[in-house]
Amino acid sequence: MEKNLEHQIDESEKLGMQIVKESEDDRLMTLSVGPQHPGSGHFRFTIKVDGDYVVHCDPDPGYVHRGEEKMCEYRNFIQNIPHLERPVIHDSANITYSYSLAVEELVGIQVPRRGQFIRAIASELDRQIYTLYWLAIYGIFLGHSTMFMWPTGDRELFIDLMDALSGARVTHAFNIPGGVRNDIPDGFKDKCLRHISYFEKRLKEYEDIFYTNPLFIQRTEGVGILTKEDAIGLGVTGSVLRASGVPYDIRKAEPYDVYNEIDFKVQYMKSGDSLARAYVPLLDMKESCHIMRQLLDKMPESGEVRAKLQPTPKGPPGEAYRRVESGRGALGYYIVSDGSPKPYRVKISVGSFRNMIALPHLLVGSKLADMPSVYWSLNYWPVEADR
Amino acid sequence: MSQDPKNKPVDSTTPSEPPPPSPPAKAAAPPAKKETEAPAFEKGLVSQIISRFGDDKIKVAYIRPLRMKVNVDPLDMVEVATFIRDNLGFDHAESVTGTDYPKDNQIEVIYQLGSYSKDDIAAHILSLTTRTSRDDARLPTLINVYKSAEYHERETFEMLGVYFEGHPRNERFLLPEDWADLPPLRKEFRIRGR
Amino acid sequence: MIKDLLNPTNFNLMVSKISDILVKALDEPLGYAINWGRIWSLWPVHLETACCSVEFGAASGPRYDVERFGIIEAFGSLRQCDLIVVQGTVNRKMAPRLRMVYDQMPEPKYVIAMGACAITGGLYVDSYNVLPGVDGIIPVDVYVPGCPPRPETLIQGTILLQEKIKRSKIK
Repeated sequence: MEKNLEHQIDESEKLGMQIVKESEDDRLMTLSVGPQHPGSGHFRFTIKVDGDYVVHCDPDPGYVHRGEEKMCEYRNFIQNIPHLERPVIHDSANITYSYSLAVEELVGIQVPRRGQFIRAIASELDRQIYTLYWLAIYGIFLGHSTMFMWPTGDRELFIDLMDALSGARVTHAFNIPGGVRNDIPDGFKDKCLRHISYFEKRLKEYEDIFYTNPLFIQRTEGVGILTKEDAIGLGVTGSVLRASGVPYDIRKAEPYDVYNEIDFKVQYMKSGDSLARAYVPLLDMKESCHIMRQLLDKMPESGEVRAKLQPTPKGPPGEAYRRVESGRGALGYYIVSDGSPKPYRVKISVGSFRNMIALPHLLVGSKLADMPSVYWSLNYWPVEADR
Repeated sequence: MSQDPKNKPVDSTTPSEPPPPSPPAKAAAPPAKKETEAPAFEKGLVSQIISRFGDDKIKVAYIRPLRMKVNVDPLDMVEVATFIRDNLGFDHAESVTGTDYPKDNQIEVIYQLGSYSKDDIAAHILSLTTRTSRDDARLPTLINVYKSAEYHERETFEMLGVYFEGHPRNERFLLPEDWADLPPLRKEFRIRGR
Repeated sequence: MIKDLLNPTNFNLMVSKISDILVKALDEPLGYAINWGRIWSLWPVHLETACCSVEFGAASGPRYDVERFGIIEAFGSLRQCDLIVVQGTVNRKMAPRLRMVYDQMPEPKYVIAMGACAITGGLYVDSYNVLPGVDGIIPVDVYVPGCPPRPETLIQGTILLQEKIKRSKIK
């Protein structure tokens, strides 16, 4: 066939004629899924479609880039906590947890045991709060508005717990290098256990209404398959990685604080499609309830919650890299200190930025209608990716 | 309870502690050593690299429990990275970043490499670093070795001004399109009012 | 006399007098009705600017239900919307897009600046990429302080906006 075509082209050139080839670009339409879009969040990506299929995708982040890393260099270690929480305001206990661990390693602070437990409880609560919000937005992007209302309502229970613990709903600045700010109030443990038992029943209802819904399954099964080799090579993290068959969770691989005393399983699935990426956070939430019960059980009855620090802590020159498992994946901080109370360089390695590379990889070749189910299943929070 | 109870595959006699000054891990301090010994497993990993490439090309910055840092020349980066990926099993780059050291007139670009496929190094991070001069910062790209570094290198380009040769797009990523100022993470770029 | 009335100048005078009376009689109730319609159906544009969008999403949830005030989100086209809630920090990349979106909305349009970052730059006022407040580029009607404002505060902000609309005159 090809030889025939070449022969024809040669012939026509000899005769002085030109076969006008339809230009590739004429068939393509460029769409800008922009920051003002009901299905994209604060993020823009341009896609080129050929009929119904996407042939090119180009992410364009930066609409919420606020210069977090630069601002860290102008504030001392404790003053950095409030603005470092803002990239993910509803998962703020995790993004400050990792920072606190890195600073503690640099400065040399020992956190009391009760403080470690409370930190872990706050981290699990915030993980639930984030994952429920993600589930709510996933539901409404696919058009299932009940799935927006139910998780948004249920996460209010956990927000109430965080409110009782720290005084603020979101962005509570609860973690600081050295522990947590204050002790838990009376009656918190019973309230927490009550909410967890209620929530575990609700998770079963979510499965019934959403995950076994035939429309949802049709839209997500087999869509955007990320194979295990690709997932490892692209360096994705979090629930996206676990949905492709790699059972990697930092709480198990590199336990920090008290996680090596807690017994839990890493939840993962093997299929790697959007359905698996939507399922793994649900399984993670169930596991998280289990973890919270153990933490509340094993917490020491009394004790300090915070190490005593100097007013402006500073440590010897050095660097530290610590990571924590947050709602989106591995959240790492690389902090370089030069001996002064302010850090010399802070680099935040967030799960969303690492997962962004899977977006062009998965969208190219798939249909335009699959775009919401692939895009949001990558657990991408734009504010965090831009820092 | 030590501050960071990490999974250490090789048990050394003393609890894990970073190089001096070490934080008191327990109330009874471990016998104070003049020099902290590098943990054996991590040392084994780094010595594999050194035995392959030679002592003059690989400079070890530090070896701590679960964290290792080596410094190589820009010209050897691709070779060393390929060796690390194929022989040691570090299969993805977690993050790529740069730090500006105006005192040395250099920018240090650091690749944090991790492993998902091998269990015994699942918690380890090998930091592969290189230094380049501030005035003409050019480095070879590692995206052919570690695909995950693509967007990170692009961000390092726009934030620090380091040009990665071979990278298909050394362009704006997070900053606005009409950014006409210095790269923001350089030390001479001062933010408003400070 | 009818001939007198049908004289052009007299006819014009009579028509203008009748229209004066009609306007005075109907202005208030008609204005009230139009404002009532506008108040109870403020549709926000789906433009999430920054982190306060999480509290806006929580406000649309079952506990702090803003839908009872007529604020229904998730619309496709911004040509049907009349409210922009600037949720949080506006940075230099987002600012032209915000202005474009504001220009494309039909009149009457209202703006709520939500969060400390939208009012004055907030916590990020010294960042290199952040605008110190959004009222430099679009005119703001209601400022809702907080970082992030609780959903109850946002609801109070919408009630303030509703009272402002009630007081406005239809031309």
